[in-house]
Amino acid sequence: MSLLKIKNLRVSYDDDVVVDAVSFSIKRGESVGIVGESGSGKSQTALAILGLLSRDALVSGSIVFGGQDLLTLSERKLDRVRGVRIGMVFQDPMQALNPYMRIGQQLRQILIQHEIAAGSGADAKVMAMLNKVGLPDAERQFRAFPHELSGGMRQRVMIASALICEPELLIADEPTTALDVTVQAQILNQLEELRDDTALLLITHDLGIVAGRCERLLVLEGGKLIESGATVSIFGSPQHAHTKKLLAAAPRIDRGEILPAVGGRTVLGVEGASVGYASASKEQLVAVSDVCLSLREAETLAIVGESGSGKSSLVRGLLGLIPMRAGRVVYAGKPLHGPVQARAASQRRDLQLVFQDPVSALNPQMRVASIVGEPLLVHEPKQSAAQRRARVVEALERVGLTAGLLRRYPHQLSGGQAQRVAIARALILKPRILICDEAVAALDGSVRQQVLKLLRDVQAESGLSIIFISHDLGVVRSIAHRVAVMYLGRLVEVAETATLFSRPAHPYTRALLAASPVPDPLVAPSRVPLKGEPPSLLKPPSGCAFHPRCDFAEDACRESRPELRELNGTRVACHRGEDIS
Amino acid sequence: MKKSAGILLFILLLAIVGPWLSPNDYLGTDFDALLRSPQLAGMHLFGTDDLGRDLFVRTMLGIRVTLMVAVVASLVSLVIGVTYGAVAGYVGGRVDAVMMRFVDTLYALPFIFLVILLMVAFERNFLLIFVAIGAINWLDMARIVRGQTLSLREREFVDAARLTGVSTPRIIFRHIAPNLLGIVVVYVTLTIPQAILVESFLSFLGLGVQEPQTSLGALVDAGVNQMEGASWMLLIPASLLAVILMSFNFLGDALRDFFDAKHKQ
Repeated sequence: MSLLKIKNLRVSYDDDVVVDAVSFSIKRGESVGIVGESGSGKSQTALAILGLLSRDALVSGSIVFGGQDLLTLSERKLDRVRGVRIGMVFQDPMQALNPYMRIGQQLRQILIQHEIAAGSGADAKVMAMLNKVGLPDAERQFRAFPHELSGGMRQRVMIASALICEPELLIADEPTTALDVTVQAQILNQLEELRDDTALLLITHDLGIVAGRCERLLVLEGGKLIESGATVSIFGSPQHAHTKKLLAAAPRIDRGEILPAVGGRTVLGVEGASVGYASASKEQLVAVSDVCLSLREAETLAIVGESGSGKSSLVRGLLGLIPMRAGRVVYAGKPLHGPVQARAASQRRDLQLVFQDPVSALNPQMRVASIVGEPLLVHEPKQSAAQRRARVVEALERVGLTAGLLRRYPHQLSGGQAQRVAIARALILKPRILICDEAVAALDGSVRQQVLKLLRDVQAESGLSIIFISHDLGVVRSIAHRVAVMYLGRLVEVAETATLFSRPAHPYTRALLAASPVPDPLVAPSRVPLKGEPPSLLKPPSGCAFHPRCDFAEDACRESRPELRELNGTRVACHRGEDIS
Repeated sequence: MKKSAGILLFILLLAIVGPWLSPNDYLGTDFDALLRSPQLAGMHLFGTDDLGRDLFVRTMLGIRVTLMVAVVASLVSLVIGVTYGAVAGYVGGRVDAVMMRFVDTLYALPFIFLVILLMVAFERNFLLIFVAIGAINWLDMARIVRGQTLSLREREFVDAARLTGVSTPRIIFRHIAPNLLGIVVVYVTLTIPQAILVESFLSFLGLGVQEPQTSLGALVDAGVNQMEGASWMLLIPASLLAVILMSFNFLGDALRDFFDAKHKQ
């Protein structure tokens, strides 16, 4: 018998149908994945099951769970299902946890609310649960406030709160999207281990996550269920054109063409760069220390690392958006120093940046024409309005947009269009170096592919050098000539792309590769992910910063910091490089 | 929005045109018609006061003065407050600290008391009312604008502008200020009623607009004295004051939507 049976579910706002005639069922203990791009209605479906849609949503159809139709239940009766028999984990645990309540209290409250346990019994149950979800030092975290935990630990707490009432169904909506890839692997494994016979509905945009972990898949597009079936068969022989497109667009770390290294002259050199901030408590936070890099002409250099690895701080430092503590940046033989306002106009126009989130990178009160045209206004003020307009149109067409968008505001653009506008703005001055800071991270699969292709095309035509910052190794593999891996503000490995993916030299690089999900059910996900989480920059570990998480660590690693050195054609900062490779 | 704007426009139009159409003027006294209730006879639509002056014309005049004081005072606070707040917020650091401590210091002064002192010292100058009210309001505006600017400064489109070399004044006026517009407009529509109230309060105390000029506050003051025998003298200006205040409050919300690019097509 099925645990959850959804029939003809339809959710609409005014005339906008976001979920349209969706029917599916979930059996006891089964794990089902819902995949789709943004706007496909996957989250709306989950919210409908939980009765958490906003008030102005019109819902029809039926959602039968354990014999009763959830859509007809009163709010009070629904409370006896939601959180008790159906657990939920959302994307952002910081939003879901009360910042004013200690972790233990929040979990205990759930038990008391649903009259499952009370008093010291409840405390014991909470402690047991926190231990079960792998929260380190659970004793102390019981009394901690949410802000004192890291992102991964908070998500563990969320999983604990979802599972503490031993629900029959667990709904996880993008549970690891906000987390680093190594932590993501830990959390997903934990979820799988703990759920026992709890059915799982996993909602995600990332095919790599569902591939090895869900038995069945549902593919949504534009609110409609376009394909469903066993995971293996959907990956093996997708029927619907959109499913094929999704699969083709999923970046893979294990196959696809790799760009060979390029041998041009060096255009940008970074020597001994350090970037720091003074934290609120006046402690010194060193985000980047002693980084040496070079970028060649027409080369794409990827910088990878988890959040807090200092990759964004590094490029912001070299662009002069934030001050650098030490080090030098040399561009075309001349040093770049000082804040960006103080640099020569020619240096400014040659280095451009594309941001992660196009929505916040475009001024919401300006039209596309003024956004893209502004650099011209600054650097070529003598041009007439007509000349400028022609240049703007040319730049838009260069990135595959039409002049029809000129009078639009950013909110009237789709995510992909907005990012192209941002790229057009960066390219209109014909820079020599383009820095992309997670420039495709916020885009859906197919749009991401188009933007990556655009970058490759521009590079091929104009010899543009690109620094490509990303946390996604699959994307990096498809665009980079060389890759630099950062951990806690330092370079740990620099290698040509082909070498890095075939023979990763640093244990951290290996862990990153192992943790990256592969969108292929036949490739088993890594079962032994990297332990722990990146440490705080305020208290970096002694010696090699990676040693607390490293399986190869020995005494030397704890005592002295390894310098970047040449090893089998790559540069790697590891004492044990020879023993590992 | 349409309703509140319509009401305000109607009142404004009436205040401008009304006195022309009436056969009476605001100075003329008619000792045969003291304290008359609203009537058509002699076109005393709002009645007359204890000196026999026509209250319709006086009320219209009062509205003009009140609205002018409010709008001018709000503009003063808008210009000073937005510039001051945006500069402090965008430049940041030590400049910000000094500028904002100055605002804090001014906050510590008992302003109404200071205004009263000024009024007494400078012989109840009409201009002084604008200055005094504007001087109170710009402090709040500067704080609000600075707070918004601090968060806008961190937005990536500001970084993008800095990277292309857009000058600091242009960043403040082209990138920061338009994004402040929504909240500033709402705040201005809240400061207008506040300014009206302060002006009424000063006039009520006898420190504001001086006879024979008048304002809604002064009229209410006069009405309070005659409340028992001639209730219209209080009710009419007081209810007009209330309607104007409410219309401004409602207008604020609507204007915020209007200035947000997300609602433009």
